[in-house]
Amino acid sequence: MAITPPTRAPHPLETTSRADDAVVAGPHRRHAARLAAIAFVAPLVVYLVVFYGYPLVQNVAMSLQRYDRATFVSGGAPFVGLDIYREVIGQPKFWRIVGQTATFTLVSITVQYVVGLALAVFFQHNFRLSATLRAMFLVPWLLPVIVSGTTWQWMMNPDNGALNSLVGLFGVDPIWWLNADHALMSVIIANIWLGIPFNLVILYSGLQNIPTTLYEAAAIDGAGPWRRFWSITVPLLRPVSLITLLLGLVYTLKVVDIIWIMTMGTGTSQTLATWSYAMAFGKGASAVIKYSEASAVGGILLVIALAFGLVYIAVQRKQED
Amino acid sequence: MARSWWKTALALALTAVMLFPIYWMVNVSFTRRESIRKGQLLPLDFTTDHYRVVFSQQLPYLTTSLLVGVGTVVLTLLVAAPAAYGLAKLPVPGGRVLSFVLIVGQMIPAVVMSLGFYAIYNRIGMLDTIPGLILADSTLAVPFAVMLFTAFMRGIPNELIEAAELDGASYWRTFRAVMLPISRNSAITVALFAFLWSWSDFLFASTLDREGGSLRPITMGIYNYIGAQNQEWGPMMATAVVASIPTALLLVLAQKYVAAGVTAGAVKD
Repeated sequence: MAITPPTRAPHPLETTSRADDAVVAGPHRRHAARLAAIAFVAPLVVYLVVFYGYPLVQNVAMSLQRYDRATFVSGGAPFVGLDIYREVIGQPKFWRIVGQTATFTLVSITVQYVVGLALAVFFQHNFRLSATLRAMFLVPWLLPVIVSGTTWQWMMNPDNGALNSLVGLFGVDPIWWLNADHALMSVIIANIWLGIPFNLVILYSGLQNIPTTLYEAAAIDGAGPWRRFWSITVPLLRPVSLITLLLGLVYTLKVVDIIWIMTMGTGTSQTLATWSYAMAFGKGASAVIKYSEASAVGGILLVIALAFGLVYIAVQRKQED
Repeated sequence: MARSWWKTALALALTAVMLFPIYWMVNVSFTRRESIRKGQLLPLDFTTDHYRVVFSQQLPYLTTSLLVGVGTVVLTLLVAAPAAYGLAKLPVPGGRVLSFVLIVGQMIPAVVMSLGFYAIYNRIGMLDTIPGLILADSTLAVPFAVMLFTAFMRGIPNELIEAAELDGASYWRTFRAVMLPISRNSAITVALFAFLWSWSDFLFASTLDREGGSLRPITMGIYNYIGAQNQEWGPMMATAVVASIPTALLLVLAQKYVAAGVTAGAVKD
């Protein structure tokens, strides 16, 4: 945590007028504090209900009604229960897309984690410029995704892209990075690039919390760097690793932007999130707009994301206790 | 230190690989149209024409992004700071539930939120408007802002608040005159990230503000180039460079605040 609370020398008078009396002295004062608490939090509660709750409910409602272009504007779409969910899951491509979503998510977070950890361990050594260069690694994370996405798209251009020039140096034939077959691999590469900074930052701060005396003691006992990494770093970093991977999982599942910008979810790069997006907002990707189907796929995605999200929260609570 | 030079060299090499795409973007943005396809490592056929195109075509989008960014920052601070004071220092009934909701809220897939907002905005006529985009973009920042503020305010010593209360200050006055000034750095961190996220937003812009003409943000300005018949890489990369300016400024001028937000924002991707 980079934020430290301000420190202040205690005022001599304060020891006599102990404050608990002042803040919650008597039922009247306690009542007032409660009212004030509600007043301060009320805008946030209203905000959450209107701008999180309402859109969420709206999405679920749409997935239970059969909307088309006309009823979307005029209202009065018939209620059909879980029919649309059944239809969506019954589509032949549903399980293929689930598989692609799983591949996209798992490969992304695994490689991001491994690379992020390697970099974090490396940057822990204090060498000249280490802090500056570590800060430079944040750039991909802070850049608008549309900027990174279009740049990757250009680098993966089959005729003149930088990536094909690079593989060409090793005698590899030009690759059609963004065609149907390779699209998944290509968006994974770009997404790994986007996610490395996040993993580096979290794992680096996790490493800072491992006492250096442990490493020193192990070194005295004759443990080499490799041995120290596996017997000290890996086990002590386990809690942080778990949190990083779970958060990465939840956030990678729902990625739309980088995929949509690079391939519009064509071919193997279609995931649940981009499929949902395409059905409702696809720019030329689908002729018919399917709000209900989009909401149903969104609903399925929501359930998966929240399931892993709850695991994350449970793990975090357990670690705090 | 003497034998660590090779680490610096390795780190420089790694950084160069990592930042190569960004270099490539800048490179293309300064290369004349005829030479872009040659893929030269340096902009040998140098031109600033693409930037002239950016300033003649993209200024309305940049202005919109600026307005939306500022609006998002203001709204986020207005909602988050008072709530954080309540959560950190006052007996909020159901405070734990509220914190739980904030974490869960951030896990809702953006596409689900977009669909919900789209249907609602469609009904009340708020599609393609700047206020509509501000409201939607603020959802990206509010939970993060509340959590960052709350964590910081918890660390403010109770004695300070009690001293103010002994002087007869109301809760509002304590908040305004004690909590807010001390939390200044947190407010800056929140403001910077709220601005950056709304500036970078693609999903809400491309769904809630698709047909807003010049009322669309710069991310849509770049998106316009994609899928055009003859993709104009030069102006597109130049626009991308201009759209990256807030990120660059942040890293150069406000690193301290970025570091604070990055560590606290472990919950935010």
